[in-house]
Amino acid sequence: MSKLRKIFATDSYIVPLVAIVMGFLVGAIVMLVGGYDPIAAYSALFKRVFGSPYDFGEAIREMTPLMFTGLAVAFAFRSGMFNIGADGQVLIGMTAASVVGIKFAGALPNFVLVPLAVIIAGVCGGLWAGIAGYLKAKRGINEVITTIMLNWVALFLSNYIVRSFLLLQGQNRSEDIPASLSMTFLNSVFDNARLHWGTAIALAAAVFFYVYLWKTKQGYEMRAVGLNPHAAEYAGMNVGRNVIKAMFISGVFAGLAGAGEVLGVFHYQSVFAASPGYGFDGIAVALLGLTHPLGVILAAILYGTLTYGSAGMSFGADVPPELIRIVIGSIIFFIAAQGIVRWVLKPFYFKRKKEKVL
Amino acid sequence: MEILGQLLNTTLVFSTALIFAALGGIFSERSGVVNIGLEGLMMFGAFAAAVGGYYAQDAGMGDWAPWIGVLCAMVVGVLGALIHAVASITFKADQTISGTVINFLAAGSTLYVVKLIFEGAGETPLLDGFNKVAIPGLSKIPVIGEGIFNSYPTTYLAIILVIVIYFVLFKTPFGLRLRSVGEHPSAADTLGVNVNRMRYIGVMLSGLLAGIGGATITLTTTGTFAHNTVSGQGFIAIAAMIFGKWNPLGAFGAAVFFGLSQAIRNYVQLFEWSKDIPQEFIFMIPYVLTIIVLVSAVGRSSAPKALGEPYDPSKR
Repeated sequence: MSKLRKIFATDSYIVPLVAIVMGFLVGAIVMLVGGYDPIAAYSALFKRVFGSPYDFGEAIREMTPLMFTGLAVAFAFRSGMFNIGADGQVLIGMTAASVVGIKFAGALPNFVLVPLAVIIAGVCGGLWAGIAGYLKAKRGINEVITTIMLNWVALFLSNYIVRSFLLLQGQNRSEDIPASLSMTFLNSVFDNARLHWGTAIALAAAVFFYVYLWKTKQGYEMRAVGLNPHAAEYAGMNVGRNVIKAMFISGVFAGLAGAGEVLGVFHYQSVFAASPGYGFDGIAVALLGLTHPLGVILAAILYGTLTYGSAGMSFGADVPPELIRIVIGSIIFFIAAQGIVRWVLKPFYFKRKKEKVL
Repeated sequence: MEILGQLLNTTLVFSTALIFAALGGIFSERSGVVNIGLEGLMMFGAFAAAVGGYYAQDAGMGDWAPWIGVLCAMVVGVLGALIHAVASITFKADQTISGTVINFLAAGSTLYVVKLIFEGAGETPLLDGFNKVAIPGLSKIPVIGEGIFNSYPTTYLAIILVIVIYFVLFKTPFGLRLRSVGEHPSAADTLGVNVNRMRYIGVMLSGLLAGIGGATITLTTTGTFAHNTVSGQGFIAIAAMIFGKWNPLGAFGAAVFFGLSQAIRNYVQLFEWSKDIPQEFIFMIPYVLTIIVLVSAVGRSSAPKALGEPYDPSKR
């Protein structure tokens, strides 16, 4: 409880909140300059998300992979690495889940098949990220460059696997996947929105993230390596092993996102012409969430709301949905450049201090 | 032999944008500011070149229109980079974060403006762009003539800039100051170098060059600007910069390597034997090869020492 109070007693929550407001303001100004009505646009945005149970469910669906990839990027950040490769890890996770979900469908009962597909997706995503971790640990190769390269390799590899082994005749996608993560019992409540268990797994992953990094010895080592690898090494920690492990766990999160998408949402896997971009959204979510698991979940909710609602903006107020990227970019900008926010807040703080003196 | 010349030519077409952007990245990172925003800066450039070039063409400027496009790209690229500079240098924001912001703002604002100007279209009108210029005499040399001396003007510009920037970085006082600010800012400060000013220059030059890089794509390859015009080439440019060890010559080599593997991908499909290989494996070649080369040859890459740290004079 005291910890909770500490969070809210400091200004750590004020800065992000003000940043969000300022981000919306920037968006509004951009809309005014473009000759649009910002109030109509923002109300169309929120109406789209909260207007019907179906849309609300779909917005949650949109948030789920963001939670996973946000956690993936944040976890790597905490261990001192920049995982630009969540995108490729998601694809590998998708492909692994599709392969297991289709090829073992007859042989295993559903209650074994589905968890197996999810676990293998996570492990494959983890191993894929582990390649970058291994190369960093053993060869000192910058993980930024390897994860960028691995994104492309993952794209082509998964397309190859789908085209060669899982293809639905005459279509540019895999066969339907019998294994399903869908929460079908919620269909009546949410009007058949594509809700799935991935959301619950993502929340569990956030809890794991927190407990592992802040409550275990291994997590302590990982953070130490992230903060100062030289000091960690001097203290007797194995930096290389921690780097590989951190990348593996980061990749597991991303791989699970892939499992959620194919097993819970689409129930098939497409042949992608270009990278689907989950990983890059994940970078934004991780940064918005200040790389803290709770922050990441909140950031994913915000990000998912804005992106899902942006479609409503273009229908309802004729505003190009790309505007929302300006809003999100500005929010991240103001969170990153906290100096600007503090400068805006200065008059208020000044007043408060005066009152205390009196 | 003829196909070799064509391959070389296509390689340079693909490499040019990467060369510009990687050179930009070098300026920024050598001064100590991480620039993950190259992708966004290229988008700004590609967008400005498409819009500026379109209006210049419309105004009947003919052959000069693409150059107006390049000029617009330079201006918009610098303005985009300025956001990164203000956030990461003046307000000491995390440089990775503010670079990501650039990518977001670029992706959002360019398409927003395109839709605004061209009444909802997601793409700019098709431009004439640059024409290839054959250099008299030299273009008659077998293979190389076809390959190098019959290229777009931007390609010549890129090759010249590689040499100029190498010289500027390593042979001039300005270059020494820029590098010193990225290696040991407090020492540079003691010697009277204005750290933040040098970093501003580095970041803005990176916007200028990445902007030209983006312009190259619209003016020589695609002819239009849409959401997928840049599609990850900024990140490839970052890879080329790291691959080339933050050295203009190295980055040039790496950019040509990426260009070559992209070009090979187009040419290999002309051969009969390639039918037996799944196309995805051919597409993968450049990326797998990069990793293999990194593992076997280059080894530990040496980034500028103060890369990523905002300069705080009160710290030692």
